[in-house]
Order: sequence, then structure tokens, then C-alpha cells
Amino acid sequence: MTALALLMVLGGVLFLVVSSVGILRLPDFYTRAHAVGATETLGAMLVLGGFALYQGAALTSLKLLLILAFLAVANPTATHVLARAALRSGVEIWSRRKGEGG
Amino acid sequence: MSPFFLGIALLLLLLTLAPLVRLVRGPTLFDRALGAALLGTHTLLLLIAIGFLYRRVEMFVDMALAYAMLGFIGTLALAKYLEGRREGAR
Repeated sequence: MTALALLMVLGGVLFLVVSSVGILRLPDFYTRAHAVGATETLGAMLVLGGFALYQGAALTSLKLLLILAFLAVANPTATHVLARAALRSGVEIWSRRKGEGG
Repeated sequence: MSPFFLGIALLLLLLTLAPLVRLVRGPTLFDRALGAALLGTHTLLLLIAIGFLYRRVEMFVDMALAYAMLGFIGTLALAKYLEGRREGAR
């Protein structure tokens, strides 16, 4: 059980690494929002699930699962709201023809 | 299993630098808001890892829950405020 929990935490941290590289290296806002919205949510959920599994059956692990459920809803919502606001404010979409973006 | 959580906490601390860089040098305001949201998530996970390190998870998990909600509401309010404004795109 403990080994599975630690494996889940390690896998989640791997996804967090991918998301951090994405927010640093991708060319414009929308692609960065994609990196955060999908990968970050999965990584955080895996890490929190691993923590809850490590803790075992207790009130604390129930609270950890509560944070997991909240994050699973809130993180994509926040990213989507930000992307929609950016689109309505006229942030330019990166394309290969315009050359190197930011 | 304390060395494992120490390593996880150090790794999360290292990962916190990436959204910080995006927060400082993001070309648009939305990039900065996105960096702030990502920073909040990483800090939340780091908080729980610190709780495991000090063996006081039952206290730190409440702080993490409040932190998650506050970060989400802050991002929503920022996006609502910036929506439709031209100056946010620069």
C-alpha cells in the first residue's frame, strides 16, 4: 500500500515537472494555459491521491480527498476562465507564420 | 519515510521557480495570472508535504484546503476584472 502511494506521488511529481517545463517553454498564452489546465490537474490529483493513500483511513485522508475533488473541478475552471478572458481581451494567438512568439 | 518527503518537498520547491519566472516576465497580464494560479497549486502541494515532514498533517491539510479555495476565488476575480479590457493583452 505504501509503495503504491509513493509511486503515485512520484508519478504526480513527474507530471508537475512536465507542466512546469510547459509553462516556461511554450510560445503563447493559450498553449501555456493548455499545459497548466490538463497536466497540472492530473499531477496534483496524483500527488494528493498518493498522500491520502499513504495516510490511510482517517479524517485527514478524507480532507485530502476533498482537496483532490475541489482541485479537479477548480483548476480546469480557473484555466478556462483565464483563457476566455484572454480571448475576449484580444490576446493574439501564436502561429508559425508570424515567426517566433514570446 | 521522512527522507522521501524531504526529497518531494525540495523537488516541489524547485518546481515553484517555473511559475515564478512566468509571473515575473510573462508578456501579458494573463500570463502572470496563470503563473500565479500555478504557483498556488504548487504551494498547496508543498504545504502538505511540509505537513508530512513535521508529522502534523491534520493541521496543514486544513490550511491547504483554505489556500486552494482562496487561490481559486482570486483567479476567478482577476479573470472577471480583466475580461474585455484591451490593456490586459499587452
